[in-house]
Amino acid sequence: MTIARTLDDACVALAEHPDALLLAGGTDLMVGVNRGQVGFDHVVVIDRVDELRGWRREGDELVLGAGLTYAEMGRGELPVLLPALAQAARTVGSPQIRNAGTLGGNLATSSPAGDTLPVLVALDATVVLRSSHGTRKLALDRFVTGVKQNALEPEELIEAVRVPVLDGPQEFLKVGTRNAMVISVASLALVVDRAGRSVRVGLGSVAPVPVRAVEAEAFVDGAIDWDTGSAPEAAVDRFAGLVAEAARPIDDQRGTATYRSHAIGVLARRALRRAFPGGAP
Amino acid sequence: MTDVRTEEPRTVQGAPRIGESAPRPDGIPKVNGSFAFSSDLWHDRMLWGGTLRSPHPSARIRSIDIGPAVAVTGIHAVLTSADVPGSPTYGLEHADQPVLASDVVRYEGEPVAIVAADHPDAVRLALDAIVVDYEVTMPLVDPGVAESSDPIHPDGNLIRRIHLRHGDQEVVGDVVVEGTYEVGMQDQAFLGPESGLAVPAEDGGVELFIATQWLHADRDQVAACLGLEPGLVRLTLAGVGGAFGAREDLSLHAHLCLLALHTRRPVKMVYSREESFHGHVHRHPARMWYRHHADRAGNLVRVEARLLLDGGAYASSSGAVIANATCFAAGPYRVPSADIEGVVVRTNNPPCGAMRGFGAVQVCIGHEAQMDRLAAALGMDPVELRLRNVLAPGDRLSTGQVITGTAPVAEVLRSCADHPSAASLPGDPMSLPGGAGRTADPAHVRRGEAIALGFKNLMFSEGFDDSSSAICRLEGGVATVTCACAEVGQGFVTLAQQITREVLGVDEVVLAPAATATMGSAGSTSASRQSWMSGGAVQAACEEVRVRLLARVADDRGVDPDELVLVEGRVVSLSGDFEADLASVTAEAIEAEVEFRHAPTSPLDENGQGDAHVSFAFSAHRAIVDVDRDLGLVKVVELTTSQDVGRLLNPLQAIGQIEGGAAQGVGLAVMEEVLVLDGRIRNASFTDYLVPTALDMPPVEIAALIEQPEPGAPFGAKGIGEPPCISSTAAVVAAIRAATDLDLTHVPVRPTDIALAGA
Repeated sequence: MTIARTLDDACVALAEHPDALLLAGGTDLMVGVNRGQVGFDHVVVIDRVDELRGWRREGDELVLGAGLTYAEMGRGELPVLLPALAQAARTVGSPQIRNAGTLGGNLATSSPAGDTLPVLVALDATVVLRSSHGTRKLALDRFVTGVKQNALEPEELIEAVRVPVLDGPQEFLKVGTRNAMVISVASLALVVDRAGRSVRVGLGSVAPVPVRAVEAEAFVDGAIDWDTGSAPEAAVDRFAGLVAEAARPIDDQRGTATYRSHAIGVLARRALRRAFPGGAP
Repeated sequence: MTDVRTEEPRTVQGAPRIGESAPRPDGIPKVNGSFAFSSDLWHDRMLWGGTLRSPHPSARIRSIDIGPAVAVTGIHAVLTSADVPGSPTYGLEHADQPVLASDVVRYEGEPVAIVAADHPDAVRLALDAIVVDYEVTMPLVDPGVAESSDPIHPDGNLIRRIHLRHGDQEVVGDVVVEGTYEVGMQDQAFLGPESGLAVPAEDGGVELFIATQWLHADRDQVAACLGLEPGLVRLTLAGVGGAFGAREDLSLHAHLCLLALHTRRPVKMVYSREESFHGHVHRHPARMWYRHHADRAGNLVRVEARLLLDGGAYASSSGAVIANATCFAAGPYRVPSADIEGVVVRTNNPPCGAMRGFGAVQVCIGHEAQMDRLAAALGMDPVELRLRNVLAPGDRLSTGQVITGTAPVAEVLRSCADHPSAASLPGDPMSLPGGAGRTADPAHVRRGEAIALGFKNLMFSEGFDDSSSAICRLEGGVATVTCACAEVGQGFVTLAQQITREVLGVDEVVLAPAATATMGSAGSTSASRQSWMSGGAVQAACEEVRVRLLARVADDRGVDPDELVLVEGRVVSLSGDFEADLASVTAEAIEAEVEFRHAPTSPLDENGQGDAHVSFAFSAHRAIVDVDRDLGLVKVVELTTSQDVGRLLNPLQAIGQIEGGAAQGVGLAVMEEVLVLDGRIRNASFTDYLVPTALDMPPVEIAALIEQPEPGAPFGAKGIGEPPCISSTAAVVAAIRAATDLDLTHVPVRPTDIALAGA
């Protein structure tokens, strides 16, 4: 086991042990270890690496450290700068889990139900990957490649996530069969870029990877009255239908595909109405 | 045995008597993490045990090769059915369940082999190394065809059928309502997984430290499997992390003892959460058809019902569960005519058995939905309809039994219905349906309110010869009580001491550990029976000590014992001639052992008629819910309850039982279901088997605890553990119906049942 103190420590350890497990919050990893589903020869502990902690602003971008915890996403200025991320973080697990679990962990697990992923995909986030060979950047939709699969190479770790600071409302809604501490059955993030006059929608738990509702976005961008911030009811309906069409859900123990398609449409309608209350009947 | 930790010492601070809120001695240790649960048991020389389970719900075992497992470093034993020296099967009612499967496996997770090793990792490697050659067969998973299918067990697929017929079978009502209802499989979801420690003894016997509900029944079953005299199997209660019925059957008990006797080493085993879902019985899923007849004034005329429970692969306590379901199928109402058939069958689904409410929970969902349908058909207020039909003392049940004890059913219902609601309209988005997910649109949230009434029997029924024993020893003014009653959270630890203080006027009471070696049976901690049975045994033992004490002092002083009384730790003569300190007159110990029995009951006859039950307890719940109709999400806003308690012995504890039971009821109403597909559990984890969180559980408003002392019960107290989870589910489901105008016949109500209704 290596307890890394710096990013370089971690990269050196990973170069020596390319198949090592990275341990930060451990909220996903340890479940697999305890069930005997995750085998390992070496562990690199990265929760004490200061360079991975916290977040900073660089111009119009925010750089979110991979070690940013869910609890930290809901503290200080972040809920103002990234309301959808703070809302998503609040839906994760219990306070104990939110104190331990991290943004990097959510990305690395790449679960279709990862709660921050719809927000990040809606924000067109860039994932910053680091190894002893250097740094590379990947758009989020290129980073997550399948159910619990991603583009991380051996020796690589997630250093940070870069997202834009946008002027406009943001919403995150998540359906679960319990009012808290529940895995998502369907989730939706909607972010508005007023300057760019665009609406972006990320969907969770309704496809193998977090997806954008591209057609719905294109439609609604043109249907919104940007000067008054209002959306006609018919446009909201059409938008909800197009979002539902973007979903490719499955049946599993948490819900049926039919319910997920239905629910994601309801979430789309409600999120858009919250962002654009004007024009409601 | 000083190197074995079991429970924390049990003393109550202060000296609370009957009717006072005695704090639990194990309360703070459980909150701060210092309480030793059975999973914390430790022995310096111990091995770790593990269980190989069938991956198939139905298969023939062609062969088992343990060779590769024996070769694993650190392995001390690999045992199969061939190594079971005594009875190859066990069971609560019928010994139909193999200790280890030999030729056939009948459910997913059935134990096939057990191992012991010096490290948990070696256990895992050895379990992986055992080669079982299965011939997979088609599982029988539909209880509806179980009786007409080939038997999956030598005992056949019918576990029990009861056909109850009461009154005039030809009568028909002016108004008739019919309904079919389905209840899913609920898990007890206790926090402390199955765990224990077995230590081989020098006399050839074995000591078993175990979390259980009935030490002596376990002992007898384990001893039979081991081929030992019961006296050589000595059980001591270890710290229990919840039970709710799931610890009535054996789980790892016999396995641990087999491994310990085989290796001559202490062996510890702890189930994982996933294993726990396969390692204990669940609440029976039910399919229920009902037809209620009433006259135009709303008097019940006749109830017809067909109840089908899925017992899963083995009988467990299914026979008693279906008896309860059948006896209480019509609810706490006067029913002059009834035709109720209850059937429980065997399938290749997970075995089902005891869970809090024991058959009464499922039928309450049915009979209360029917009463609401009837009220709608009659155009009557649902509370008025119920009040018109509720049982009262002297009335007959559908079993023909006359209620001779207390039955304040109308009082329970009326007080609950009349209680003002404290529910406000939702403000905080977190308090809307969907909670932290922020899904609700307040304009689309609809509120519903409904009430439900339920009841069940206290204690075992159908002629069971039930007893509990207790010893009271008074020495130097200190009373020591010994009883084998398993404390599983119900609160016997405080009650035994409160009762002793009340009878003997002492302050200091020590409750000895519960063990089979020191005491006779206390019976099961189930059926809401321990306050009555073991409470009664303690009360009687203390009374006997009091009588002997007064006789001794009278003899010493040369007075009539009738001239003496025991007052606040002193023996006082009524004439005022003298008084003596209790400590001084008990320098020489006085001890009494009493075996306590309740009034006998009778079996049910071929028509399901008979005085089969001892006593009954009644409860009502009123639920207020908010529903997001579009997403099918529910927020239970408020639960109000009234309960028939006989007499309150420990108010704080009673409230705890009432709140906890209601939480299990809310869980069954809106989220708790073990999902079984083709005989396999799909959600064997707390990630996917959901139980209510603080955001799901509303405040429980207690409208009234009706105190009408029950004849024959110690201090008149009725058991209070089960009613809170009987009527709560029915009330919540009815409130969701009220909010949505949907029939909602499946419980738990799933989001899709609401959101996609009619789609």
